[in-house]
Amino acid sequence: MADHISSSGESHGSVGSYLTGFVLAVILTVASFGLVMSHAMSPAGTGGAIALLAVVQIVVHLIYFLHMNGSSEQRWNVMAFVFTVLSVLVLVAGTMFIMHDTAINMMSR
Amino acid sequence: MLGKLTLSAIPYDVPILVGTFIGAAIAGLAVVGLITYYGKWGYLWREWLTSVDHKRIGVMYIVVALVALFRGFADAIMMRSQLALAYAGNPGYLPPHHYDQIFSAHGTIMIFFMAMAFMQGLMNIVVPLQIGARDVAFPFVNTLSFWMTTISFLLVNVSLFIGEFSQCGWLAYPPLSEQQFSPGVGVDYYIWAVQLSGVGTLLTGVNFFATIVKMRAPGMTYMRMPVFTWTIFCTTVLIMVAFPILTVAMGLLGLDRYLGMHFFTNDGGGNQMLYLSVIWGWGHPEVYILVLPAFGAFSEITQTFSRKPLFGYKTMVYATASIMVLSLVVWVHHFFTMGAGPNVNAFFGIMTMVIAVPTGVKIFNWLFTMYKGRIEFHATMYWVIGFMITFSIGGMTGVMLAIPASDFVLHNSLFVIAHFHNVIIGGVYFGYVAAMNFWFPKAFGFKLNEAWGKRAFWCWFIGFYVAFMPLYVLGFEGMTRRMNHYDNPEWHPWLLIAEVGAVLIACGIVCQLTQLYVSIRDRNLAENRDLTGDPWNARTLEWSTSSPPPFYNFAILPEVHELDAFAHDKEAGIDTRQAGGNYQPIHMPKNTACGFLIGAFSFVLGFGAIWYIWWLAAVGLIGVIATVIARSSDNDVDYYVPVSEVVRIEQEHTHNLMAAQAAE
Repeated sequence: MADHISSSGESHGSVGSYLTGFVLAVILTVASFGLVMSHAMSPAGTGGAIALLAVVQIVVHLIYFLHMNGSSEQRWNVMAFVFTVLSVLVLVAGTMFIMHDTAINMMSR
Repeated sequence: MLGKLTLSAIPYDVPILVGTFIGAAIAGLAVVGLITYYGKWGYLWREWLTSVDHKRIGVMYIVVALVALFRGFADAIMMRSQLALAYAGNPGYLPPHHYDQIFSAHGTIMIFFMAMAFMQGLMNIVVPLQIGARDVAFPFVNTLSFWMTTISFLLVNVSLFIGEFSQCGWLAYPPLSEQQFSPGVGVDYYIWAVQLSGVGTLLTGVNFFATIVKMRAPGMTYMRMPVFTWTIFCTTVLIMVAFPILTVAMGLLGLDRYLGMHFFTNDGGGNQMLYLSVIWGWGHPEVYILVLPAFGAFSEITQTFSRKPLFGYKTMVYATASIMVLSLVVWVHHFFTMGAGPNVNAFFGIMTMVIAVPTGVKIFNWLFTMYKGRIEFHATMYWVIGFMITFSIGGMTGVMLAIPASDFVLHNSLFVIAHFHNVIIGGVYFGYVAAMNFWFPKAFGFKLNEAWGKRAFWCWFIGFYVAFMPLYVLGFEGMTRRMNHYDNPEWHPWLLIAEVGAVLIACGIVCQLTQLYVSIRDRNLAENRDLTGDPWNARTLEWSTSSPPPFYNFAILPEVHELDAFAHDKEAGIDTRQAGGNYQPIHMPKNTACGFLIGAFSFVLGFGAIWYIWWLAAVGLIGVIATVIARSSDNDVDYYVPVSEVVRIEQEHTHNLMAAQAAE
């Protein structure tokens, strides 16, 4: 079993870094809600902007809450992350390919 | 106060359910009575329910899986009997409302609670022993995973007697599963059971991935890992990739139902086809999550009973890894007929056919392992050989379905049912039963009865062909799946044959139960006891310790010099145990009730949310959070086993070994 007392080099963050992450996350969340509720952009533009904010939000969480960085102790984390990104890409790109093709083929859009 | 829950939710007017309830109540009371009579509650609680020992958690997983097997099989034989009767004007004995719940429950239970629980049980019992570790990376998370699976299965069974279960098939396709067409609580039971058990499975995936990466014995490089560990490794990766997708799919469907959103509805901009793509993005990797460990078990068993190292270890590893990757890019073959164009269907059809290549590599590796080996026709080997024949046929019908053009003819017909039972029974189930026969002496210290094992095999093997080959024919004759009654005279004889097959499979299950009973009864006979810890003259590290292993597994962590470490040590005359060596105090985790408590509170949360009893759901949620915080702040979670205790246990095993050698 893993030794729960000693940590082996991973960063566990500080109050300051958690607060920074929290504030950034709140700003990004409020910005998404604000964009939708104020109708400041076209529907397509709003969708794109929310998606962009969501990606930034993911990066904020990874850095400030999951303590990911490029150091050598993080090799496994980074590898796991790369694999996650790849499989998410496969799924998202695959779904877009499928749904777009279906929409064209069935003339539903 | 009680949300949607009223007295009318109790189906006391349905005789089948009342009978089932009385049967379940009598069985439950008998078990409770026996435990009380023998005064075993304290023992059960301290040694099993709160245990963090991976071997005990594994055994409990398999007990849950066997109970799920009975429930799932009862559903199966009820469906077969309905279709044997409901012909030419006869409505049969199951009205559509009830019949639809039964086929939905059958699929849900067999996949999530029989196969998944069985697989997690096997990996719990075997993997830490096989890599020479003392426990898993996160022992507390392990007990939590077990309880999440168990309470979800309980939730499905509660739906029998309080309310109803989903009537939308095992994957609950919208728009049928939306509030508009399924206003009852059935789909909510389904969503919460799947969602909560998904938490458990995902945690198991993370836990065993970390265990295999970080806790292998010194010297065990990746290319010295036993094949079973390799397959579990690939399975955990697939779990970590695929189960979040399931969580999202269930979450979005839940939002549609609970908050009136429009992800998959007919109106309001919803797109029910998107659900198919998302759910099968999980669903296809899921079948490989189930079958890869079975492949691993077949590899270990084949090499042990052929008395040869596995043929083509490296190709086996690469084939497993290729299947892992390819399984993520084939999901459209479950819905070729949805309406996507030829580009999409051609791509996913070809990828599906490609996945047959690494699977074929594996089949040839097993065949070449057996070729010129000294094959011992042990009961375990019967399941392996039965698997190779059955799975090859299932694989070929799978390639037929992978061709979009033929899938347009066969989609949603009984051909599909025959195909996936062909691979799931012939691959997954045969594999898990073989593994159970193989590793049983490791977990309990005595062997399973062989004669009854072979009888069980023949009943299952013949029963499978009699039950499912007619379904291929029926598929060609145009019979669709999930049909309640019919009036086509050509179908009737085939459905009668299939019913006979289901009865034969029932005999197989009875034989398996008898096998367990006879084995436990005769456990103290000299030929059944496993004193050495290595009853099959096997090759990997789990057989180097005693049976059952001490709770710390290895007094001194084994040194690995080669692939098949234990076989190498036996040939070189090295004592893998290093008996009498320099024992050190062993650092072990303490048992904890937190996993059980979080499970119990999650059950309350799920039940409250299903019935819209929001105060109860809040109680459950707060309970979960409070238990997690309490557990996180607890520093008293581990202890050291003193050297004197280690010496005592190890000397006992050494005496047993010497007694066994003297007996020879």
